[in-house]
Amino acid sequence: MLPRVIPVRELILSIAILALLVLISARFAGFAAPSNLLNVFNDTAPLIILALGQMVVILTRCIDLSVAANLALTGMVVAMINVAMPGLPIPVILTIAILLGAIMGAINGLLVWKLAIPPIVVTLGTMTVFRGIIFLISDGKWVNAHEMSDAFTGFPRTTVLGLPMLSWVAILAVVIFGIMMARTSLGRAIFAVGGNPHAAVYAGINVGKTQFLAFVLSGALAGLTGYLWVARYAVAYVDIAGGFELEVVAACVIGGISIAGGIGSVGGAVLGAIFLGVVKNALPVINISPFWQLAISGSAILIAVAFNARAGKTKGRIILKSAEGST
Amino acid sequence: MSVLNKILASAAAAAMMIAAPASAEDTRIALVVKALGIGFFEAAAKGAEEAAAELGGVEIIYTGPTDTTAEGQIEVINALIAQNVDAIAISANDTDALVPALKKAMQRGITVISWDSGVAPEGRQMHLNPSSNALIGNMIIKLAADHLPDGGDVAVLSATTTSTNQNTWIEEMNKVMGNYPGINVVATVYGDDLADKSYREATGLMQSYPDLDAIIAPTSVGIVAAAQAVVDAGKVGEVNVTGLGLPSEMAGAIESGASQSFAIWNPIDLGYSATMLAYEIAKNGAATDPGSAIPMGRMGSLTLDDNSEGAMADPFIYDASNIDEFKSIF
Repeated sequence: MLPRVIPVRELILSIAILALLVLISARFAGFAAPSNLLNVFNDTAPLIILALGQMVVILTRCIDLSVAANLALTGMVVAMINVAMPGLPIPVILTIAILLGAIMGAINGLLVWKLAIPPIVVTLGTMTVFRGIIFLISDGKWVNAHEMSDAFTGFPRTTVLGLPMLSWVAILAVVIFGIMMARTSLGRAIFAVGGNPHAAVYAGINVGKTQFLAFVLSGALAGLTGYLWVARYAVAYVDIAGGFELEVVAACVIGGISIAGGIGSVGGAVLGAIFLGVVKNALPVINISPFWQLAISGSAILIAVAFNARAGKTKGRIILKSAEGST
Repeated sequence: MSVLNKILASAAAAAMMIAAPASAEDTRIALVVKALGIGFFEAAAKGAEEAAAELGGVEIIYTGPTDTTAEGQIEVINALIAQNVDAIAISANDTDALVPALKKAMQRGITVISWDSGVAPEGRQMHLNPSSNALIGNMIIKLAADHLPDGGDVAVLSATTTSTNQNTWIEEMNKVMGNYPGINVVATVYGDDLADKSYREATGLMQSYPDLDAIIAPTSVGIVAAAQAVVDAGKVGEVNVTGLGLPSEMAGAIESGASQSFAIWNPIDLGYSATMLAYEIAKNGAATDPGSAIPMGRMGSLTLDDNSEGAMADPFIYDASNIDEFKSIF
């Protein structure tokens, strides 16, 4: 049953995205041009990467609200490292970003695993703590474009085979997560923990440890995105990506990942992120009053979720046909 | 009795003599800032020293707390009252909390003015604003128009739809549009003071209006993000990003050519003007009633409004010629 349901969700979402593109093209012809679609994908890449991490966390019945703060703190740290040591090669910066993000994810994970604090409380707390730490280390000051090295800001923009590195990183993350979720024991454990924690325990899966690993993965991706974000916008300050965690959760929900855990797919998360990315990139060009934009993007999310909820509804099997008719 | 009187009198005389050297010759003006070690205020202190050198016989006491708290400033003010300075010019950390301490200073005959960040009217004699809404509104469109002698299309990238400052400035800008014939404002969009949303909005503007000549962003996040979007779109030289920003944050955009020029107040002028005003009031008894005009050296003169506030000047324009000097200041 389950394998059949997921492709249906993804098909519906793909159709919704296509319909959206047709609608947008009617108002702004240039939007569906291949070069523009590549730009939209590139702009959505950070959201895709974060949605993958969030998906893993949500699958295990947790939620990670600290991703945007993690991103901002890692971004600030690597930016400050770059200012202090402009010669540091980019692979080193990337490694630092991923490790730092993973450490912050591990803090979330440990609190959830060892102290059994509800994930929403833990990550709300660490979200504020991380933002506070950025303020402490930066003194509230910005790290600006002219202070960063050219290599640092250039990496996400470097074009390889027609696509910027930012897009390639997202594609790479999607491939790795696709393989991990489908082909590794960790991927299966994540589904098992979210689907039925008690059964997972009987199957020999450590629920807490799986949730911990999910947070580490989410943190590592947030750290990676932190560098990419700061390099792309060439600025680091306390409030970068403020409120972005909600967009990440929204992308997952649109992508049909059940907040109750256990149900979801890499494809869904990616499509959910792309759906949001299309809406966000279309709003500025379709010439709609900015006062309407928030309401419109909110409605688009609700409609997408409503469609998904209907598609994913498993109908109860009616056993007594005659009894149903009599009531 | 008479002995005691004599002792008291001589003690008072001694005290006078100790205090005398400074107060008798020099006019001592204390420049109190939000916190020490902030580039913006260090630059203001430089301007104050410039004013002191021009006036002659003025000693500048540049002081402030080590962190931006009202309590710290109250301690500083009390210390200045004890030193019996002639004038205090303060950039306040709190509008109301400093009023009692500053009132005490005024009762002791000390001239108190606020600048940059104001104090409630009962706690100061006058307030010096760096600029006014009308001047800023005019400046942001002038910045764009200066580089478009033949006219052109410009768009505004603001903060949020509810940002009071930005909305007021845009309103003031629209009032003076008649003075800039040929300049059309084709759109106003909102980047919500988020780097990513501002970037996206700026990209959208360039797509929707392929002939766009300038983006005016009267917000520090927006102007930086728009400049980056212009660089990434390969439109440097076609689209000029301008508006209000800080030199340290905009240095990269000036360097890349995405921004020809932008504006913000000049802290040196601000410190200079505050010192001049404090001197005029303390030494020459300039009136601080609404409507009165007080001279402030090379910056012209300041006319006070009903709240005894005045606007110093147009925002100062920063471009490739002076960005290197200011980018390390603030």
